[in-house]
Order: sequence, then C-alpha cells, then structure tokens
Amino acid sequence: MIRTRNAFVPYLFVAPCVALLAFIFGYPLVKIFEFSFRQIRGFTGPFVGLRNYQLILNQPTFHDAITNNAKLLLAVPIIIVISVLIAIVLFERVRGWRVYRTILFVPYILSVPIVAVVLKNIFQFNGPFNETVRALGMEFLALDWLGDPNVAIWTIMIVVIWREVGFGIVLMLSRLLGLNAETLEAAQLDGANWRQRVLYVIVPQMRGIIEFYAVVNIIGMVAAVFAYVFMVTKGGPGTSTQVMELYIFNMLTRNALPGIASAVSVMLFIAFVIMILILFFLLRRSRSRELA
Amino acid sequence: MTGLAAQPQAPLALPEPGKRDWSTKFTHAILLIAVFTALFPSYFMFTTSFKTNEEYRYNKIGLPQQLMLEQYGEAIFQNEFLRWMLNSATYALGSVALSTVVASLAAFAIARMQFRGKNVLLALSTSLMVIPPVVLVVPLFLFFVQLDLISTYHGTILIYAGLVTPFSIYLLVSFFRTLPTEILEAALIDGASPFGVLWRVVIPLSAPALVTLLIVNTLYVWNDLLIALLFLQDDNMRTLMVGISVFQGRYNHQVPLTMAGMVMASLPMLILYIIFQRFFISGLASGALKG
Repeated sequence: MIRTRNAFVPYLFVAPCVALLAFIFGYPLVKIFEFSFRQIRGFTGPFVGLRNYQLILNQPTFHDAITNNAKLLLAVPIIIVISVLIAIVLFERVRGWRVYRTILFVPYILSVPIVAVVLKNIFQFNGPFNETVRALGMEFLALDWLGDPNVAIWTIMIVVIWREVGFGIVLMLSRLLGLNAETLEAAQLDGANWRQRVLYVIVPQMRGIIEFYAVVNIIGMVAAVFAYVFMVTKGGPGTSTQVMELYIFNMLTRNALPGIASAVSVMLFIAFVIMILILFFLLRRSRSRELA
Repeated sequence: MTGLAAQPQAPLALPEPGKRDWSTKFTHAILLIAVFTALFPSYFMFTTSFKTNEEYRYNKIGLPQQLMLEQYGEAIFQNEFLRWMLNSATYALGSVALSTVVASLAAFAIARMQFRGKNVLLALSTSLMVIPPVVLVVPLFLFFVQLDLISTYHGTILIYAGLVTPFSIYLLVSFFRTLPTEILEAALIDGASPFGVLWRVVIPLSAPALVTLLIVNTLYVWNDLLIALLFLQDDNMRTLMVGISVFQGRYNHQVPLTMAGMVMASLPMLILYIIFQRFFISGLASGALKG
C-alpha cells in the first residue's frame, strides 16, 4: 500500500472518476424514477402518479416487446451449444485450428449494422437464400423471412446467433486452451472415447465459463439487441419484432413522450436487477451443491 | 447435439490415427458447415458488390461475370463514408483516452492506496458494468438538450467515456493489484510522488491491460448505434453505424450498390483485424474473461 502524507490524496485520484460515473450513471438512474411519475412536455411536467405505468401496461405493443425479448432468450442455449461444440472440435483434434479460429471470428468483427444489412438482403423473399432452397426442391424453407409477422423475430434471432457464435467459439476455445492437459490424456489412456471425454472431462471443467457466457447472453437478449432490430426490421412488420429497447427509443424520439419512456426504463431496470440477482443466486447454489 | 449421440462408440483402446475415420469425417463435416456459414455472407457481400442490378436479378450467388466498379464510385462519391469513419474514430479514440486517464487514476488509488469507501466504490462501479445504456438515455437526452450538448464532439465523447469506464476500472484494478509491490516502494523511496509512481512506473508496466482496454472499448464505441442515433442529430456529426442505416434507406432496392457500401464500411475493422489478429482475439477473450 502506498501511504500518502495527506489522507486527502486518494480522494483526488478517484474524484474525476466518481464525477463521471455520477453524471453518466447516477443522474439518469435517479431521474428515470422521477420522470416516470410525470407527464413530461419539454424538460419537465406535472406529477401524474402511476398513469404512465397504467398506459404502458395496457398497451399491446408493450406486451409484444416483452414477448419478443423473451423469445430471443431461446438464442442463448443455441449459441452456447454451437460455440462449445465447435470449440471442442477445434481444440481436440484439428490441425490448423488457428486458421479456423481466425475465419470463424470474422462474423464478430463485422459490425452489427453491416451484418444486419447483408443478412437482410440474403433473406429477402426473392433473395439468394430462398432461391437456393427453391432450386434444391426445399420449397418449405422458402419463408417470407422478413415480411411474415410470425417469422420475422426468428429471422432476427438467426442474425444474432450468426454473429455472436463467432465470439462464443473464441471465448470457449481460450478457456479450453487453459485446461489441464494431463486429465485429458489420462482419460484417453483409460479408454474414454470422444463422447465420454467431452461429456465427463471437458464440459465439467468448462462449467464456469459456460455459466458466465450464459449470463452475458441473457443480459444481451434482454437489453442489447437494439442495433439488430433497428437495422433488420425497425420493429415490423406491424409490431411483430418490437423489443423493449426499441420501444423506449420510439417513445422518446418518434412519440416525444419522455415520461412514458422513463416508466419503461424503470421497469426494464427493475426487471434487470431482479433477473441478475436470480442468476447469481442460481449460480451460487449450483456452486455450493457442487462442493457439498 | 443429436448428431453426437448418434455417433458410434470408438474402440476402447487408444485409437490409432487411421482408425478414427468415422468421427474424423463427422468433425470435418461440422467444420466445413461452420466455415461455410461464417464466410458466406462476406462472400455474398463482396461478389454482389461487383455485379450490375441487371446481373443480380438472375445471378444471386454466383461469381460476377465482370467486375463492375461503378457502384463503388457512387458509394464513395455520393456518400460520406470517409467523414462517418473519421467521426467514429474521433468519438472512439477520444472517449477511450478520457476513460483510460480517469480510470487509471481511480484504479491506482483503489488498488494501491488506503481510503474509506474504496470497497464500496469498486463494488458500485463493477455493478454498473451490467447496466444497459438504454435505461440511461432518456434523462441524459433531455439534459443534453438543455445544455446544448446534442451533436457535439465533447458531449458524445463524455457519454461514451462514462459508459466504458466501469469496465476500464475493473480491468485496471485487477491488473494493478498483480504488479509487484517492491517496484512501487522503490520508486517512492526515490522520492516519487504517488502520481509520479503511477505515471512513470505503473503505466509503462501495464501495456497488456491497456491494449485490452483499447480494443474492447474502441469496438464498443465504434459499433454503438443507439447513442449515436440519439445524440448525434446533425448530418456532419454522424458515425459510421448511423451512416450505414442512412445509406441502407437511400438505396433500398439496389442490392449491388448497397453491398459496395457495406464493403467500404467493413474495411477499416477487417484490415485492422487482419493486421492485429492476435491482439483482437486475445484482447476480446481476456476482456470477457476478466469482465
């Protein structure tokens, strides 16, 4: 520890940081609660109690937004299974795995808007994907990927999975490269086959990173899909791909209703805190059960 | 995973390289599909960008019959890609610099000094890492309108710097704690001030952590769309990500031209990735592992 002559010095070091965080995080987190009880026109407005919340909770668009975020959660297990499977394949037995890693990481290097525009064109009704499956005689796969309200949210999910798996593979692989090679060799010498090695030796050791990545992805599906949705469908057709972030964005910009947007922010924030507490509780319980 | 379950059991003895044919084929099939899926959109983007609208109508996924460069002309000269990229780079580098300075000072105090409230500060700052920006934007937006900070470089840099700072602090605190105490004490005995120790001893030793911060935070700002859409309303201040969405709307049914634009837009990061591949992969992976 560094001792300073003046006990005041450490505070000088942290002051700029505290000021910055208070401005960017502290101020808004307090204000969304206040704004959510007001009918804001311009910068402030009269206190209206819970009316903003009542308005939102009765609005079908808001329900669509929550449902769609929930549907996107289905991407989490898919992303994890694909990432783990490919990472293990690369780690265990492939010559030139570095080259594969470089290639498979490319989707993540492309920014979300670029990915969205390119995949959106691939999935146009008369675009390359549908033309190809039609030519192959798999007409049933030639869906109206972007125009059908029942399909569009799953198209967005495909786009999300396509890009995020690139990162998942690299993350899982970097954990695998740190694994204890001796246990693996011992298992192999004891006659464990590939499936047994994967299920009983490798995956248990990856448990921590898989749990961590699951949490990151759950958070992402609830609160970090704005760019995907905005670029692929802007929430449409109708409100079939509306999500919470886009709902807040539209309430603030298109409808100029900051009070309502704040009420949604508050609900998202509270839901978020609850969700994270539950996740941490589950993780801790599974840890302690493991030790017992 | 069903594919895995269906796989026949390998012989119990340590398999010889030649005897693993079946599962080797399975492995190769998986990798082939993965590589194809990962590269096809890029292939589509590049090849389509050289086609004419006419050719694209009947040739969607084949190689272009001739290299049409006209789209590139229009994409470059009728749009402001260069300006958007320079703006994005300015916001990214400005906010990363600001955040790194502010976070280094705080992280140094937290890791190496004794003061009341430091554990609370670290815990609070760390928990801010999971706060999604979207819950912050409403009050920030109104406040920025009042202060006339919308569409300014300094206002935008301030927001981005704030958003990436919790991660910067977390990473730097854990890195500063690993530095050997003896070096710091030796510098203090030589008469250096605490700031002198940070600037002349700690920072030069922290290159790995600083590289990770540079990569993770730059990509965060470069890729952001939400903040950029809200806080940069002036055309001249647009970022590349907002530019892409404007560009997409401008050329709705001209797929080759749209793809030429996407090629342009993806070049800066693709080039950096090809050159600094190792840093990208280890930086992003270790950033996530520590974060």
